[in-house]
Amino acid sequence: MLRFVVRRLLQMAGVMIVLSFLIFAWLRSLPGGPVSAILGERATPATRAALEKAFGLDRPIWEQYLLFLDRIAHGNFGASIRVQAGTDALEIFLDRLPGTIELTIFALTIAISIGIPLGYLAARRRATILDNVSIIGSLVGVAVPVFFLAFLLKYVFAVQLGWLPVSGRQTPTIDATHITNFFILDGLITGEYDAAWDAFLHLILPGLALASIPFAIIFRITRASVLEVLDEDYVRTAEAKGLTSRVIRGRHVLRNAMLPVTTVIGLQVGSLLAGAVLTERVFSFRGVGDALAVASTERDYAVLQMLIIAAAAVYVIVNLLVDIAYAIIDPRVRTR
Amino acid sequence: MSEPLLSVRDLKVTFTRQGAEPFHAVDGVSFDVRPGQTVGLVGESGCGKSVTSLAIMGLLPRRGNSVSGQVMFEGTDLLGLSDKQMRERRGRDLGMIFQDPLSSLNPVVSIGVQVAEVVQRHRQVSKSVAMEEARAMLDKVGIPDPRRRLREYPHQLSGGMRQRALIAMALACRPRLLIADEPTTALDVTIQAQILALLKDLVSESDTALVMITHDLGVVAGMCDDVNVLYGGRLVERNMRHDLFAAPAHPYTNGLLGSIPRLDSARGEPLDPIPGSVSDNLPWAESCAFAPRCPSAAPDCLASSPELVPHGGGGTDGEGALRCFHPVVPAEVAR
Ligand SMILES: Nc1ncnc2c1ncn2[C@@H]1O[C@H](COP(=O)(O)OP(=O)(O)OP(=O)(O)O)[C@@H](O)[C@H]1O
Ligand code: SF4
Ligand SMILES: [Mg+2]
Repeated sequence: MLRFVVRRLLQMAGVMIVLSFLIFAWLRSLPGGPVSAILGERATPATRAALEKAFGLDRPIWEQYLLFLDRIAHGNFGASIRVQAGTDALEIFLDRLPGTIELTIFALTIAISIGIPLGYLAARRRATILDNVSIIGSLVGVAVPVFFLAFLLKYVFAVQLGWLPVSGRQTPTIDATHITNFFILDGLITGEYDAAWDAFLHLILPGLALASIPFAIIFRITRASVLEVLDEDYVRTAEAKGLTSRVIRGRHVLRNAMLPVTTVIGLQVGSLLAGAVLTERVFSFRGVGDALAVASTERDYAVLQMLIIAAAAVYVIVNLLVDIAYAIIDPRVRTR
Repeated sequence: MSEPLLSVRDLKVTFTRQGAEPFHAVDGVSFDVRPGQTVGLVGESGCGKSVTSLAIMGLLPRRGNSVSGQVMFEGTDLLGLSDKQMRERRGRDLGMIFQDPLSSLNPVVSIGVQVAEVVQRHRQVSKSVAMEEARAMLDKVGIPDPRRRLREYPHQLSGGMRQRALIAMALACRPRLLIADEPTTALDVTIQAQILALLKDLVSESDTALVMITHDLGVVAGMCDDVNVLYGGRLVERNMRHDLFAAPAHPYTNGLLGSIPRLDSARGEPLDPIPGSVSDNLPWAESCAFAPRCPSAAPDCLASSPELVPHGGGGTDGEGALRCFHPVVPAEVAR
């Protein structure tokens, strides 16, 4: 198991190196390069040259790449010019990360805790009303665009009914102490439970919008996977041993059925990141996705570069976690 | 003569699928198994051997089939039991082992847990006692270094060892009846012989009744006391093993015997298989299903359905039986 993890870590390092090439090449290929982005198209050649020198753009390409790596290693991604002009990109990222983490964990928790049990039930009661209704629900889940769902939820439950807050991460008038910037956690640590509750209420609508696609996919994969496992010979063996349905369900059906589901949950992290951009926008939720939306429409390359590297790192780390989870469930991966 | 342990009477299993004709996979099969006896169910692929055994075990799919008849086990009709009652019996009174040992074992659960769970289920014992029992069982079925194997997973065992582990699971609670559905077909020839010898030892030592399902008459010759030959979901011949081999009366049985590879036949020499295939079957209701493939077929075989009638010396229950209008006369016996 240790060897397995070490091997995966090495692979992960390799992936990050390749990614750094790609990001570097992408930055080089930007229209007009970073200088135009900062100075605008009509800057004088002299100021351009000065800035290029300051950025090291007059050096050979491999040297530029090493400089680029060096800057990243030191967390120096440059200052934002649009999202929060003058603020360090890393700082912006760290400031906004907790909100997005709260939101995605909430969304993923909903998606998993409803998707898996419902998928199991639908498979056990194949072709019943429950099965058909949940299949239709999951189809709607993937078919409705996230931003539309976000708008709809906001309009109905926040604007019209007023049950839940319209936007933001917390009601501004609440005087909450922030330690970790995870607002719910902060509220629990400081004992300001009303602040934690308020932050939680702010999560519900964007969280539901964000959960729709992962829920639909986790549900469908669970259902398909359980159906497949139910037909396996070893389930029949378990039945032939007279085991209780509880043991058969947990030990023999679900444990095997969870293998593909684990992989899919890992893959969903990508769609969660994409979805966060849209939902955070709709709900003016101060998170990474919101920053990414602004940075990409307004060509804030420092922030953009920071966020792309972070997203790549998240991907790689999540995949490592998925692989480890997979190895824990499946001895064929672990013992070889 | 002892009372039968298992008495299957007029067992019918019909698969009903929407848009398709109902299919009689098992069409009125009756046979007895006495304590300690080994009874063979023989026939070609698709003749209903597995469906018969699954019906006895109550393991048929919940939907899409109907089962009728009786499966009397120690005086109780198993077909009348609830799901819960059947669950208590399976693994405790009735054990079963399947054809493909790899796919029949759960790949993500250790061998130890897979053996111990059946002990724990049926004999209210602690986990550690069950595990110790599992170790003893693995030892008993001839798995070397059983303590280490407890922690291993199916993919780490050889094919023969996997089948031994399955046998250990099926016998862990000392069931009085064991059903083995082609337990050696997926194994190498040398391993096959070992597994059969093991099964034979275990059942005779514990006086367990064994229903041996196979299409291999070689296996029957080595194991069974009584033999039931199935064709197209119906019993076509039943006899004691010795009588059946000495004087097969049904043309199908005779054909099966003719298609056994013999030690004295040259390697690669074509066997003498029964011509045609199951897909040629006629409906039993108005004819003999075997007629299109039968060398002795006569016009009456196409016009009416032969009944199962007492025949010959009989099985240990004195009831040899045959379903044929024109039995093979001893002179024609293949070989
Ligand atoms: N679940 C099912 N639904 C529909 N038909 C089935 C089902 N299970 C079995 N059958 C049919 O019932 C018939 C008997 O099948 P069975 O598995 O008992 O054959 P078998 O004698 O065990 O053959 P084999 O030697 O191939 O194992 C076959 O024609 C099969 O197609
Ligand atoms: S009844 Fe006729 S067709 Fe059927 S097995 Fe006997 S001889 Fe052959
Ligand atoms: Mg079969």
